Amino acid sequence: MHGTSEQVLHEDATRAMTICNACRYCEGLCATFQAMTLKRTFAETDLDYLANLCHNCTACYHGCQYAPPHDFNLNVPKTLATLRADSYRRYAWPGFMARLFERNGLVVSIAMALSLALVLVLVFLFQDRAVLISRHVGPGAFYAVIGHNLMAAVAGATFSFSVLALLIGGRRFWRAIAPAASKPPGVGAWAKALRYAATLKYLGGEHGEGCSTADERWTNMRRYCHQFTMWGFFLCFASTCVASVWHYVIGVEAPYPFLSLPVLLGTAGGVGLLIGPAGLLWLKARSDARPADVDRYGMDYAFLASLFLVSLTGMLLLAFRETAAMGILLAVHLGFVLAFFLALPYSKFVHGIYRFAALLRFATERT
Amino acid sequence: MIPAATDVLVIGGGNAALCAAIAAREAGAEVVILEHADRAMRGGNTRHTRNLRAMHDGPLHTLADAYTEDEFWQDLHRVTGGQTDEPLAKLMIRESAGLLDWLHERGVRFQPALSGTLSLERTNAFFLGGGKTLLNTQYRHAEAIGVTVSYGCEVIDLAIDRSAFREVTFMHAGSKHSIRAQAVVVASGGFQANEEWMKEAWGAAADNFLIRGTPLNRGIVLRNLMDQGADTVGNPTQCHAVAIDARAPKYDAGIVSRLDCVCFSIVVNRHGQRFYDEGEDFWPKRYAIWGRLVAKQPDQIAYAIIDAKVADNFMPSIFPTISAGSIESLASEIDMPGDALAATVTSFNAAVKQGHYDTTTLDACKTEGIEPPKSNWALPIDTPPFCAYPLRPGITFTYLGLKVDDQARVSFGNSHSVENVFAAGEVMAGNILGKGYCAGTGMTIGGVFGRIAGENAAREALC
Repeated sequence: MHGTSEQVLHEDATRAMTICNACRYCEGLCATFQAMTLKRTFAETDLDYLANLCHNCTACYHGCQYAPPHDFNLNVPKTLATLRADSYRRYAWPGFMARLFERNGLVVSIAMALSLALVLVLVFLFQDRAVLISRHVGPGAFYAVIGHNLMAAVAGATFSFSVLALLIGGRRFWRAIAPAASKPPGVGAWAKALRYAATLKYLGGEHGEGCSTADERWTNMRRYCHQFTMWGFFLCFASTCVASVWHYVIGVEAPYPFLSLPVLLGTAGGVGLLIGPAGLLWLKARSDARPADVDRYGMDYAFLASLFLVSLTGMLLLAFRETAAMGILLAVHLGFVLAFFLALPYSKFVHGIYRFAALLRFATERT
Repeated sequence: MIPAATDVLVIGGGNAALCAAIAAREAGAEVVILEHADRAMRGGNTRHTRNLRAMHDGPLHTLADAYTEDEFWQDLHRVTGGQTDEPLAKLMIRESAGLLDWLHERGVRFQPALSGTLSLERTNAFFLGGGKTLLNTQYRHAEAIGVTVSYGCEVIDLAIDRSAFREVTFMHAGSKHSIRAQAVVVASGGFQANEEWMKEAWGAAADNFLIRGTPLNRGIVLRNLMDQGADTVGNPTQCHAVAIDARAPKYDAGIVSRLDCVCFSIVVNRHGQRFYDEGEDFWPKRYAIWGRLVAKQPDQIAYAIIDAKVADNFMPSIFPTISAGSIESLASEIDMPGDALAATVTSFNAAVKQGHYDTTTLDACKTEGIEPPKSNWALPIDTPPFCAYPLRPGITFTYLGLKVDDQARVSFGNSHSVENVFAAGEVMAGNILGKGYCAGTGMTIGGVFGRIAGENAAREALC
C-alpha cells in the first residue's frame, strides 16, 4: 500500500525523467542524467535510486529551458529532493519510527533539548553539587563527574541501536535499487564508488566546477564545506575509536594530553565540524529557494546544527577541562552527543548511506 | 536604467546577440542589449540549442578526429543544393575553427559526446548543460565586462535617414522609449512566430505548423528594415523545419517534441499512403527535410508506424506511444481508413528484401518494387503491438533574412550609404542557408557573425 503523497511524488519524478530522457542536454552535468539514459521507463525503485544519486547541485535547474516559467514547469532538483527525503522515511527501520522523518527538524530539535535536559537533570540529581563544580584533573577526571560505566552503557546502547537501524535501512534501500543484473558490485565498482564518495565528486558535478548558485555561477564552496564536515566527522569517530583502544586495551584513562593521538584527531575533526556545518548552514541560508525543497530544510538545518553543537561543546570542554566548568561542560557536551546518536538513523545522516548505495549502483552499471 | 544613448546597440538576446555584444565591448565600445524576453525566458531560440558545428584539423578536447574546411563546405553545399553565398559560407567555416576557444575563454564549457548526441561527435561541439547554460555564461560574462542588458524591451522601429542609422524605438513596460546609438547589431531572429507572415508564405497550411522555439520571434525588426530598403536574401517559405510530435504545444516545446523514429518506420499521410523514402540516410542528415515533407501532405499531418521489433531503437518521446494489437485497430486509433493503412503495410512488407539489419550502418535492408522505396532499415511491420507517432511540421527558424557582406554589414541597395547596421544569427542565416540544414550550423552562424558584427559595429561606432 502506498500513500497518496508517495504516489504523487513518484508520478512527478516520472514526468520529470520522461521529459529529461527525451532531452538529455544535462547528461554532461552529473551521474543522475547518465544513469537516467540507461532507462526508458522508470520503476519506483529506479526513481528512488536517481533521487539519491542527485546531489542537489541545481545546475540542471539553472540550465533547464523547461524550468518555470516555461509551461512544462520542470524542476528536477526540487522534485528529486522531495522524493529523496521521502525515501528516507520509506526505507527507515523499524517502520514505526519512520514518522520521525515527517517533521524532522522539530524531531531532532526535541531530541537535542530532551537529551540535554536529561543528562543535566541526572547529573544534578545524582551527583554531589561539590563534585560537579570542582576542578578535576588527571586520568579519570571525567568519570568523577559521570561514572565511566554509566557513560559507556548509555553510549554503547545508543550507538549500537543506531548502527543497527542504519544498516537495516541501508540494506533495504540497496535491495530495492540494486542493479537487476545478477552480478554483485565488483572490486572496480566499489573502488569507483568509494572514490566518488570520498572526493564528493558530484558536489562538483561531472565537470568539477561545483554547484550552481542563484545567479548561475558555479562554485565548489558547498563541496569544500561538505569535505570539512564529512572528514571532520570521520576524524572525531577515529578519535573515539583510538580512545576506546587506549582505555580498554592499554588501560590509559581520559582525559588525554593535548598532543596525544585521540585529542589531536578529535581536535582536527572538531575544527572540521565547526567550519563545515557553519559553512553549509551559511550556504543553505543563501541558496536559491526555487530548485530546493524548502519545506524540508528543517531536516538539514537541524542536522547541521546538531553537528556544530556537538563539536562546539566538545571544543569548549577541551579548552576548559582543567577548570571548575568542566563538569557542566561535560554534561552539556554529552547531552548533544547523546541526541546526535539517538536521532542518527532518523536524521539527515542517512543521506550518506543512501547516496553511497546509489553511487555503488551507478559505478556497477558503469563498469 | 536604460541609457538614452550608447555606442553599439544590440537587438536580441540569443547567442548571436551575446557574441556581438561581447565582441563590441571588448573592442572598447559602450554596449546596450535590448532583449524582448524577460530574464527567465531570455535567449530566444538559443535556449533550445545544444551544439555548434566547427571545423578542426585534428582531434580536440570535445571533437574527435578532424573536420576539414573542405568537408564542412561539401556538407553545406550538399544540404543547400548550392543555394549559399560561397564566400560568406567559407568565411563562416574558417572562423568556426576559432569559435570554440573564443567561447571557452569566456567561460563556456563543452562536454564530450554522450548518448543523446546523435553521432555528431566529430563535427559538432556540445555545450555542457545545453543552450541555456551557454546563455547563462554568456550573459554573466557580458555583464561582468560592462555590457548593459535590458530585458522586456521590444524594438518596433529603427530610425534610418539616407546616410545612417540613428536610433531605435522600443516598448518597455507598456510605454515607448528610444535610444540613440552609433551602430546597431540586429540579432532578433526569424519571423516563424508571426502567423500572418507565415500565412503569406504558406497559405492556410501555416495554421498547422508548430513553432519549436520562442513565441517572440515575429520578425518585427526584419520587416521594419525591409520596409526601409534593406536588401534581403532567401525565400519566405524556406526554413529549418523538422517533423515533430503533433501533440506538442504551439510554441517552445524544443527538443523533447522530436521523434527520431522516422528511419525505423514507415511514414504515412492521413490517407494511409507513404510519400517519401524513410531510410534515405542517417537521421541526423535527414531530420531537417521531414518538416517540409509533412507540410506538403493533406492537413499537414503524418504518422510514423512501427512494430515492436524496433520500439527501442530510438530515443523516447515525452508523449505516450499510440499502440494497438493490429494494424486495423491502430488505424482507428489515429482516425485513418483501416483498409488503406493495412494495404500500405501489406505491400510494404511484401517488398522488403531480407538483409542484415544494422542501425549503425546504411544497412541496405531495402524494399524493391514499391514507390517510394525505403532504402535502409526496412523490416516487415509484423510484430504487435503496432505503434504510431503523429508528426507535424515543427519550424525552428525562417531563412528569409537580411543580406550582409563579409563584415556582417546589412546592405541597403546601391542607392543608400548606410554603413552602421549589422546583422547576425537567424535574421541573416539565409545568406548561408538558402535551403536545407546541417545540424549545428545555426549556432555557428550566430557565433561567427555575432563576433564579426560586434567587432565591426564597435569600429564603426568608435571611428
